[in-house]
Amino acid sequence: MAICGPSGSGKSTLMNILGCLDRPTSGRYLLEGVEVASLEDDALAALRNRRIGFVFQTFNLLPRMTALRNVELPMVYSGLSREERYQRAQEALIAVGLAGRMGHRPSELSGGEQQRVAIARALVNRPAIILADEPTGNLDSAAGEEVMAVFRLLVEGGATILMVTHNQRIAEQAHRVIQLEDGRVISNPIS
Amino acid sequence: MDIREALALALEMLAANRVRSALTMLGVVIGVAAIILLVSLGEGATAYITNELTGLGTNLLIITPGKTQTSGGFHPPMASTVRKLTYEDAVALRRRASLLTDAVPVVLGTGKIRYQGNSRHISIVGVTPEFQRVRNLYVEIGQFLGEEDVEGRRRVVVLGRTVKRELFGEGNPLGRFVTLADSRYRVIGIMERKGVSLGFDIDDLVFIPVKSAQDLFDTDRLLEILASVGSPDDIDRAIQQVKDILIRRHGNREDFTVISQGAILSAFTTILKILTAVLGGIAGISLVVGGIGIMNIMLVSVRERTREIGIRKAVGARRRDILSQFLIESIVLSSLGGLLGVVLGVGGAKGLSFFFTYLPTRVSMWAILMAFGFSAAVGVFFGVYPARRAAVLDPIQALRYE
Repeated sequence: MAICGPSGSGKSTLMNILGCLDRPTSGRYLLEGVEVASLEDDALAALRNRRIGFVFQTFNLLPRMTALRNVELPMVYSGLSREERYQRAQEALIAVGLAGRMGHRPSELSGGEQQRVAIARALVNRPAIILADEPTGNLDSAAGEEVMAVFRLLVEGGATILMVTHNQRIAEQAHRVIQLEDGRVISNPIS
Repeated sequence: MDIREALALALEMLAANRVRSALTMLGVVIGVAAIILLVSLGEGATAYITNELTGLGTNLLIITPGKTQTSGGFHPPMASTVRKLTYEDAVALRRRASLLTDAVPVVLGTGKIRYQGNSRHISIVGVTPEFQRVRNLYVEIGQFLGEEDVEGRRRVVVLGRTVKRELFGEGNPLGRFVTLADSRYRVIGIMERKGVSLGFDIDDLVFIPVKSAQDLFDTDRLLEILASVGSPDDIDRAIQQVKDILIRRHGNREDFTVISQGAILSAFTTILKILTAVLGGIAGISLVVGGIGIMNIMLVSVRERTREIGIRKAVGARRRDILSQFLIESIVLSSLGGLLGVVLGVGGAKGLSFFFTYLPTRVSMWAILMAFGFSAAVGVFFGVYPARRAAVLDPIQALRYE
């Protein structure tokens, strides 16, 4: 699903609320039936850890760690053992097509590769939903296509991906597009 | 994340900027080393004094004229208003105090000793034969004063090592005559080498019979009476016996002081313990300064890693995860510094007493553990504030940080 709209339309704010990084000042947000606004900080952190996977425009990888360790990061906070973390991180990187690049640091990877590492990281705790904020915003069209290909693959495999973008063409690759303008939904077709 | 991994991560973070970590640690290293060094100096002095006093024999009592509250003082042989102790007092104690094994009267004066061209200004001590036993100081060559020497007020003298060397060089002084303040004295013995004991340089004085000393200095005042008690358990009762006997002899007045070696020892050790604690405290100040350095650097580090903190929070780190991560880092930093400081401090203490034998040091386990413990505590105390700052960062703002 894609949320599309010009800059200033509130896409990032919406993403932050959906991702439990921010609380709504009014209105309600129910995630899997739970009222998010009523939750404590620790509970929100747990949601971010296990139910939500984030992909950012600026990748947000830890620069001094390898791709593998970056992907392991959410599992560190969900208390998995070192062996399990290694195992799952490997699988995730293979799933996004980076089997041969696991030991590389972000500075040694191209933009598209870095974003795919970020996607692998988002997957690794088996979240209910993956949130992507302008995932192709810092990528050229070729790399952007790589990323979209990965998303399509994941959706086919049963994942739910919510993407925010200002790029109509990218947005139209989604199954459903919601248009946002000045903080309001102006179109929400069920297709 | 279990504790091993947390430690590994902390070490990794510190190693990422080795120079900075090393410089930050330096404050703690110096602080801990200083604590250990100064405390070991204090403990060394305490051990030295304890050794010295214990070497006198645990059963020594010192009876001095005048009532003093402090211990270990001595009265110079000048005229004073203080009531005197006499030879007869010593005799009375020897006869009537059942718990004493010996009571030695001591007369002290100074004068010039001369032999052939050489002369020396020395202390002259008048004692009885039991002096050796009571003070654990023995004659090495020849013989010490005898009972007949005292009774006969004979002019015989036992020389200290240094005096012998100054007057006779390598020659044999036994049987020769020296001049002590215009009188001729025959040398009958030379003392063993001892150095300084109870404030006197034993090597640089001479012993003559106590009654001869009374004649020489024209006085019947004693410097002190040295007494030894048969058994350490009897010391308190022996002191009471001495007091009873002397009070009666002195017209019902307690115008003298009885000091036991145990009392001197505990007075000294108390003073030295306080001194050691003060030294340690002063050194501790530098540890605090080191801690401030840690807090400073951790604050900088937190600021630099704002983005990283945001990322960790975005993938599910709770406040306490971030707090513990940074707190562990500062504890590891300070503890490593503490470890190095211990090594440096112990090495320094040992080296100091090796190169400067007059500076005894004693390194004790408790001092090491305490200093190391303080270093870890510094890490906790000064690391909490930066760690809290990290923990309460807003993830969204943090992620935007450049």
